[in-house]
Amino acid sequence: MGNGNVLELKDITKSFFGTTVLKDVSLSMSPGEIHALVGENGAGKSTLMNILFGMQVIFDTGGFEGQVAVGGQAVTIDSPRKAMELGIGMVHQEFMLIPGFTVSENIKLNREPTVSNVASRLFGPKLETLNEPLMQSDSKAALGKLAVSIDEMALVGGMPVGHMQFVEIAREIDKKNVRLLVFDEPTAVLTESEASLLLAAMKRLSSEGIAILFITHRLDEVMEVADNITILRDGEVVSVMPRSEAKLDRIAQLMVGRKIERPVLPPRKSEPSDKDIVLKIENLKVDMPGERVRGLNLTVRRGEILGIGGLAGHGKVGIANGVIGMYPASGRVAKDGVQIPLNDPKHALLSGMAFVSEDRRGVGLLLDESIEMNIILTAMQVQGKFLKPGALPNLRLEDRAAVREHALTVIRDLDIRCTGPAQLVRRLSGGNQQKVCLGRAFTMEPEVLWVSEPTRGIDVGAKQLVLDLLVKFNREHGMTIVMTSSELGELRKICDRIAIVYRGQIAGVLPPDASDVDFGLMMAGKSATLEEVS
Amino acid sequence: MSDESKATVRQYARNAYEQLGLPRLIIIAFLLSLFTLAVIMRMDLSILIKDSITRIGMNGILVLAMLPTLACGVGLNFGLPVGVIAGLVGAVTSMNWGLKGFAGFFAAMAIAIPLAVIAGYLYAMLLERVQGQEMMVGTYVGFSVVSGMCMFWLLAPYRNPAMIFALGGKGLRTTITLDRTFGKVLNDFLGFSIFDVYIPTGLLVFMGVFYVLIALFFKSKAGLAMRTVGSNPMYARSSGINVQRMRTLGVTLSTVLAAIGILVYSQSYGFVQLYTAPLTAAFPAVASVLIGGASLRKATIGHALIGTILFHTLLTIALPVTQTVLQGADISEIARMIMSNGMIIYALTRAERR
Repeated sequence: MGNGNVLELKDITKSFFGTTVLKDVSLSMSPGEIHALVGENGAGKSTLMNILFGMQVIFDTGGFEGQVAVGGQAVTIDSPRKAMELGIGMVHQEFMLIPGFTVSENIKLNREPTVSNVASRLFGPKLETLNEPLMQSDSKAALGKLAVSIDEMALVGGMPVGHMQFVEIAREIDKKNVRLLVFDEPTAVLTESEASLLLAAMKRLSSEGIAILFITHRLDEVMEVADNITILRDGEVVSVMPRSEAKLDRIAQLMVGRKIERPVLPPRKSEPSDKDIVLKIENLKVDMPGERVRGLNLTVRRGEILGIGGLAGHGKVGIANGVIGMYPASGRVAKDGVQIPLNDPKHALLSGMAFVSEDRRGVGLLLDESIEMNIILTAMQVQGKFLKPGALPNLRLEDRAAVREHALTVIRDLDIRCTGPAQLVRRLSGGNQQKVCLGRAFTMEPEVLWVSEPTRGIDVGAKQLVLDLLVKFNREHGMTIVMTSSELGELRKICDRIAIVYRGQIAGVLPPDASDVDFGLMMAGKSATLEEVS
Repeated sequence: MSDESKATVRQYARNAYEQLGLPRLIIIAFLLSLFTLAVIMRMDLSILIKDSITRIGMNGILVLAMLPTLACGVGLNFGLPVGVIAGLVGAVTSMNWGLKGFAGFFAAMAIAIPLAVIAGYLYAMLLERVQGQEMMVGTYVGFSVVSGMCMFWLLAPYRNPAMIFALGGKGLRTTITLDRTFGKVLNDFLGFSIFDVYIPTGLLVFMGVFYVLIALFFKSKAGLAMRTVGSNPMYARSSGINVQRMRTLGVTLSTVLAAIGILVYSQSYGFVQLYTAPLTAAFPAVASVLIGGASLRKATIGHALIGTILFHTLLTIALPVTQTVLQGADISEIARMIMSNGMIIYALTRAERR
């Protein structure tokens, strides 16, 4: 493999517990090349990077097959340190910086140049003095390569995110032998002007001979800087192309495209339409960290299953959380024409809505309580169900018999695999925990059900069960369902319409059978010739 | 014995073990060995048992006061002196009026409870601002309130000569006898002796009533909401529960129970202790509930009850027995400290490990 390539990955295959996440992935990069790696969430990009950096998780799960060569030499990267010694650097999505340290201290962290002193001669090199002037001049040089003006003596805490991003990069390029940098979604947290600065810096670095592997969702950025593009889908390389041959819609299609087997869903008596709107959301803004919603408008038809899709970080998850009142929100939400107060979960729930959180263990469950308690508590607190009669509403006692009876019904209906209603939820599998979450919501008998990421982190069989349950409740009880999911495939399986969120707003609403190109483009913020679903 | 019944016995033993847990079994074993020792040393068992029962009744409600804060996620209420002070103000005010017997006791409660509600509410407001450090802050709130109130005891306009310093005629005494007011009203109510052991019926019934009330509260809508807030505030929020209000309610309830608890304690003790006496009021209660098996994540009525019984029986009988064995060496106070503080350290370090 002595062909002068900086990096050569050959036939990488990796499976986790029997599920293949990477299959025969090959990728090669020459010095100074900017290579874009694109793919949906879950396409296998992170796993590939974990292999490249020798992360422990790879070896704990049985290693991988295939070869890795750096600079033409076959290597075994068995630890992040080894990757660093080989000259591979990573710019993290979440910054790994210490806020209380200066820029130069962060750049030189753990690699500080030192000079010896009395104490270090006596007690060893750990006590050597930092060579601060050298640290500062090195930092200055590294920042200079990026053509940004950041004071190397400033504290990192309180800097704009864009600057922190540059400090991260400076730290990587300050490493003397660096020849390959991996940028993992570097622009996700940046403003547009910061992002264009970053892209310019990337070009500068590549002109100095440093190869860059650019992982991103943003196809317009790919078109701007990449020399070559590798498209990953479901763990396989579906296409490698030079930019000159690439077209935006082609990439989008390749990225999303898969055979969607939309099952035949049971029919309804009358199809939902715009004549009967159950929920109207206007100018919704939600301050949910990482998933901000910025002035979104959306209408939900009575009786439909509405999907909300979009890439991570664009705010799709924020919508349900804002409407239910889990995160600070502003705007107008009206159900059946009656305005619902925001930031008040109790009123949101009282108005006939229920919520299944994307954060199952954090928000959705009381892990150390019984299944039955998890199922009934919300309905008891909000609607006063399962309480014995009493004069003081807040001091009415729990009706144990009614609770037990209902819990048994739910366990049977949703097929929750457990030892009984008194079992602690912590001991259930992910899929069964999710069913408990659904049971909790169904117990509210809501008219509108918000479900976020219902199949995240549960196995394939349980996924199908959860989707079937949603369809069943929609059809049998006429429950309107708004389902947020990162998996476009499952949205297309059961939804009537799919709204795509881009940068905190609805980019458009598509029918589930719209083409892959349309979905891909809309997720990337390029709504070309799309029409709303009629 | 047939194999089947052996298996049943084994199952029963295992259940009992899991219910109680190793630490409690050790303490029970230790208690039994102390009783054995007492018999060998020919000590008067009836006095030991009588003292134990009385101490359990005296402290029961103070220990119970730990439950609401544990349930709502605030942790152990190290700020118990806040409520204790409210109770003491009630006590001295009632005494100042010269009320006797049950009238005096219930008047003291009638004054103490509203004061405790106000103090508890303010204390809860403070804790809301220091989330995550409630126990640390609570400890110092307790200390500060006790010290601040020293001035109150000195300057408050109480004029009953039985209560104020004989010299100078101003300021409440550090220890005031309840002999002529409501001392032992509960202990003596319907009290009787059986096998030479005096049973303070009124005291035990009063304590029992509060245990039942609190047990019922935790089965009510508000009580379940409070538990939910403690076990997962995000779940509580997504269930439309006002998390802050529940935490406030928990702290206030705990403070009120502390106020009632100290009144029960004082009437049984026969004295009201002012000034720096309430400084460490929280520690025996904390130690009791922890010894009973409560953790920061889970605390039940049963934990409070078992803890009160074990801890206070241990304190009551360990000291006379060891003193008899060691021929009069006075280690009582030191042993008390080692046991109660040691228990707190043990339980807290265990609770943090999740």
